[in-house]
Amino acid sequence: MSGNNPAHLMRTLSRIWAWLFLLALVIFFSLTGEGFFSLFNLQAIGANVAILLIMALGQTFVIISAGIDLSTGFVMGLASVAGAMAMTALPPGTPLPLIALTGLAVGLGVGLIPGLVNGLIIAKLKVPAFIVTLGMFGIARGAGFLLSGGMPLPVSIQGLGRIGNGYLFYYYPSQGLSFLNPPAGVTGVELRQVTGILPHPLTFAVILVLAAHWLLKHSRFGLHTYAIGGNQEAAIRAGIPVDRRTVALYMLSAGTAALAGVLYNMRFTNGAANSGEALLLDSIAAVVIGGASLFGGEGTIIGTVIGALIIAVIQNGLVILGINPFWQFVAVGVVIILAVLVDQAKEQVAS
Amino acid sequence: MAQEPLLQLKGVSKSFGAVQALYRVDFAAYRGEVMALVGDNGAGKSTLIKGVAGIYPFDEGEVYFDGQPVQIHNPREASALGIEVVYQDLALADNLDVVANMFLGREMIQKPWRLDEAAMERKALETLDSLAVTTIRSVRQPVAELSGGQRQSIAVAKAVMWNSKLVILDEPTAALGVAQTRQVLDLVRRLADNGLAVVLISHNLHDIFEVADRITVLRLGQNVKEFIAADTTHEEVVHAITAGALRHVPGMVKNG
Repeated sequence: MSGNNPAHLMRTLSRIWAWLFLLALVIFFSLTGEGFFSLFNLQAIGANVAILLIMALGQTFVIISAGIDLSTGFVMGLASVAGAMAMTALPPGTPLPLIALTGLAVGLGVGLIPGLVNGLIIAKLKVPAFIVTLGMFGIARGAGFLLSGGMPLPVSIQGLGRIGNGYLFYYYPSQGLSFLNPPAGVTGVELRQVTGILPHPLTFAVILVLAAHWLLKHSRFGLHTYAIGGNQEAAIRAGIPVDRRTVALYMLSAGTAALAGVLYNMRFTNGAANSGEALLLDSIAAVVIGGASLFGGEGTIIGTVIGALIIAVIQNGLVILGINPFWQFVAVGVVIILAVLVDQAKEQVAS
Repeated sequence: MAQEPLLQLKGVSKSFGAVQALYRVDFAAYRGEVMALVGDNGAGKSTLIKGVAGIYPFDEGEVYFDGQPVQIHNPREASALGIEVVYQDLALADNLDVVANMFLGREMIQKPWRLDEAAMERKALETLDSLAVTTIRSVRQPVAELSGGQRQSIAVAKAVMWNSKLVILDEPTAALGVAQTRQVLDLVRRLADNGLAVVLISHNLHDIFEVADRITVLRLGQNVKEFIAADTTHEEVVHAITAGALRHVPGMVKNG
C-alpha cells in the first residue's frame, strides 16, 4: 500500500480541500470582519443557509444518479405559493400548529407533482433530464405566478413568523435557558439581552441533512442512486428497478425544494413564485463544490453541506467587510470553477 | 452416459424486425460441464444467451430447466431459476466497491432498512475464497482500481454467489492478457468442477479446447453441430463455424 504516491495524495486532497477552504474562509473573515465570528452571526449564517441547503439535498441525489434537476427553484416558488394560499384560506381561529401543518402538507403535495412528472418523463420516455427539468422550470414558474396573480402572497398569521425566525432555546442571564419562548416576564429592552440558541431553520435543516445522509449512505435506495449514476446499464442488469428509482429521485428533489418553499413561508411570512429563483444555481453549485460529479456516481451529503456553507460564508463575510455585494457572485463563481479543477486534477493523476 | 441436461432449448427462434437472429435452435447445457458456444460474428450467440437470461425472450420454441418447461420473461425470472450471466462488458459499476458490486440489486438488509455491510463483506470474502480468487487486495476498494482479470473474477464471483445452477460467460477472456486469461480459465473450470453448468462463449478456440467439455457451433442463427471436445479437432470446429451445413436455408418458407 503506497501512501505517498501522487494519486493517493490527490485523492486525499480532493476529499478535504473543501473543508480546508471553508476553514480558511472562516479564519480569514474572523480576522478581518468585525462581528463575523460571533454566536449571533454564525447562527444567522446557519439560519440563512437552511433554505438553500435543503434544496441542495435532493439535488445531490439527482446529480449522483447522473441527472440534473433545473426545476427546483420554481418548484420551491410554486410550493411556497400553494402553502401560502392554503394557510391564508383557513378560517380565523385555527390553531397555529394546524395552520403550519396544512401549509406543509399542501406545499409538499403540490411540489411533489412536478417531481413525479419529471421522473416519469425521464424514466419512461427517456428524455434527457436537462430538457425535461428545463421545461418544468418554465411550467412551475408560470404556474406559480398564475396561482399567485403575479404578486407575493402575504401570510399574516399571528405567530407563524416565529416558526421561521424563532430559536429552540433562549438564554437570559438571570433566568437561564428556556425552551421555544423567551423567558416569561422579560419584556421591552430586556429582550435585547436574550440570546437565541439554535434557530429553527437550522434545526430543521440539520434534521433533514441527517436523514438525507443516512438515506444516501446506509439505505438500498442510496446505494442504487450511486449505481445508477456510475453505470446505469449495470444497474438495470443487476435487477435494480431503475425507472422506479428515477421517479423517486426526482420526487425527492422536488420534495426538498417544496420543503424549502414552506420554510420560506414561515421565515418571510409570504409566498412568492420567484422565491427560489436565485437558489437553483446556488444549490447546484453547493453540490458541485461538495465534490459531486455532474457525470454521476460521486458525491456526498456532507460535501453538499460544506459546499452550501462555503457559499453562505462568502456571502455573509463579504457583507460584513462592506464589500459591494455584486462581488459575491464573482467569488462563488470562482469557487465553482476551482472545485471542478480540483476534481479534474484528481482524475488526471489517477489515470 | 445420457445425463439429463440442466438447460435445454428446443427449436427456439428470435427475430428483430426483418432480421432472423435465431432460427429453430436446439441447445443444451449439463451439470458439471463447460459447454462452449462458438460461431462467427452475427451467428446468434449473444441473442441466444440473452434469450436464456430473459433480456430478449424467445419468440417461439421450448425452454426446459431441470427437466421442467419454463418461460423466462425477464432477468429476475432467470435469476430465480438459478441462471446467471456474466457479460462481456462486465456490467460492474466502477464507482462502487467490490462488495457493493457483488450484491448490487440483492443487498442484504439489517432490520428495518439499513444495509448490512458487515454481513455482505463477510459473504463476499467467503465467495471469493471458495473460488480461490486471492489477488484482490481489499473488497472495499472501488472496482475502477482493479485489473481486467480481477474485474472478471468479481463478475464471475457475483454470478455464482446466488446458488446459481447455470452460469453463462460471454467472452470472459476477450480483453485479458495471458496470465489473467489463465486465472479466468482456471476459475471457469472450477465452477464446472463444483457441479455448476457453465456456458462459455468465446472466439478463442485455444481457450475453448482448454476448458470445454462440449462445443456447440452456431452459424447464421442456426445450430450446425455439437461436438464432444475430447473427440474433435480445431479444424473440425473451424470448418463447422465457417461452412457447417445449415438445416434451414435462409430466406425459405419458415415452415418448410
